[in-house]
Amino acid sequence: MAKTEIRIGGLGGQGVILSGIIIGKAAAIYDGKHSTLIQAFGPEARGSACSAQVTVSDAPIGYPYVKNPDILVVMSRDAFVQFAPTLKDNGLLLYEEELVEPSGLPAGVRAYGVPATRFAEELGRRLVLNIVMVGFFAGVTGLLSYSAMEKAVLASVPRGTEDLNLRAFKRGYEHGQALVARA
Amino acid sequence: MKADPRGVLTGIHFMDGDHAACEGALAAGCRFAAGYPITPSTEVVERFAARIPTVGGVFIQMEDELASSIAIQGGAWAGHKVMTVTSGPGLSLMMEHVGLAAITETPCVIVDVQRGGPSTGLPTLPAQADMMQVRWGSHGDYSIIALSPNSPQECFDLLIKAFNLAEEYRVPVFFMMDEVVGHMTERVVIPEASEIEVVERKWTRKKPGEYRPFECEDGSLVPSMVKAGDGYRIHITGLTHDERGYPAMNVAAQDKLVRRLKDKVDLLRDRIVDVREDGVDGADVVVVSYGITSRIAGAAVEAARARGVRVGHMRLVITWPFPSGRIAEVAKTARAFVVPELNMGQMVIEVERAVCGRASVRCVPHAGGTVHDPDVILDAIMEAAR
Repeated sequence: MAKTEIRIGGLGGQGVILSGIIIGKAAAIYDGKHSTLIQAFGPEARGSACSAQVTVSDAPIGYPYVKNPDILVVMSRDAFVQFAPTLKDNGLLLYEEELVEPSGLPAGVRAYGVPATRFAEELGRRLVLNIVMVGFFAGVTGLLSYSAMEKAVLASVPRGTEDLNLRAFKRGYEHGQALVARA
Repeated sequence: MKADPRGVLTGIHFMDGDHAACEGALAAGCRFAAGYPITPSTEVVERFAARIPTVGGVFIQMEDELASSIAIQGGAWAGHKVMTVTSGPGLSLMMEHVGLAAITETPCVIVDVQRGGPSTGLPTLPAQADMMQVRWGSHGDYSIIALSPNSPQECFDLLIKAFNLAEEYRVPVFFMMDEVVGHMTERVVIPEASEIEVVERKWTRKKPGEYRPFECEDGSLVPSMVKAGDGYRIHITGLTHDERGYPAMNVAAQDKLVRRLKDKVDLLRDRIVDVREDGVDGADVVVVSYGITSRIAGAAVEAARARGVRVGHMRLVITWPFPSGRIAEVAKTARAFVVPELNMGQMVIEVERAVCGRASVRCVPHAGGTVHDPDVILDAIMEAAR
């Protein structure tokens, strides 16, 4: 009855919700688990605080919200400030290291950073920073299988951008794997 | 009969409740929808507008909810399965036409993705505060049917059932979603069209001239229909009418019509109700819940059992008609009922009526904006068990 609660936070336009959809889809469709995604966003289309709550479980999910995540993924300083205190003790923090400087974390939290925006720019489009982040999530957590995550990326991005997004996913994944191997 | 494959998006999807409801409507054979955008329901018709040209049908964004709720009734009499989609403030505006659909026995589905009220209230946040409005909101006596899904999968499955019930009973059927169910994304499995059962409209076999639009035959309480363009000259009115459909404003006609409008649902209540029970027989405390709250209550029930309380859970999948008979039966053995809902106490009134003093009834109200904390429901169960 393993249950993992994830919160992803950032700014509107960073692809926060799509990140949640990809993780949820990988779990619910390609890895045979249960998954519930809840999204919250402001009235503005760009720039407002935006977050996704994803629960992944072997058993059906009742209560759908994530109050205290096991894993927190943040792509903005505001999201870090708002959600870091909610992270469980011994939880996992994944952050955009050029936008967030973690401090004052709950006890035992492990934190891993990735320059997702810079990686995305190096790949040619800043827009894919969320896919770098999703790859990083896959590489660090190992929560869902590589193939499920890859399929979920392919099934969620616009046609014609699959190659770029796969490269972004791999870039984040490899960075995550390397950090975990070093830790 | 089986669903028209053109409307069925067979496959395994990761989809939110609003989109799943749209797919449920298309699978059920809905080919005309009219609506006016309102959070948190807009995604249902947004998707419908995008999908319907490829399926074959029409969506019209009307000037407001009054127009939407009457346009669908025109669509129904033109022979189509129809729906409109809204949330609290829009639902209030539709109430006049709900009465018209009730008295003209026009099959239609009204999807209400509930948000906090009254008035504009909480546009982007959940509530279950329209439960009594859909039962009693329009003036006069009539019956309706309401369903309460608790997941995107049920938004698909139960909306098909809602359309089927609308055809079978010729009543407005309300689909009582809420913001959480509407915006929550989960796995949704859509089967092959050949596995989806849909109810065809009860068309008359009589010829023009012989057909009487409100005449019931073979002991049924539901008359058969015709559609515009088939050559029948009929009169449909919001006035009290006789079997021919002509105004008959007298005591006898009123008694006959209104009695049937209620009886066609109320007398068949036991056939319509759908209560999912978990550990109810022999339970000391029974939780009665519906919609999104049933999922939160489920977590509280598990926690109470872990503390040794004999607690059962009755989840109302169909909220109207209310399963009074079953509640009354359970009240013979249960000591207490706990009723959590995202309003200040609506369906609990029905529970109290059915229990009729044989057990204690404890409401766990919540004004809306989020769901209950499971611990609050757990506390109510523990107190009730004392």
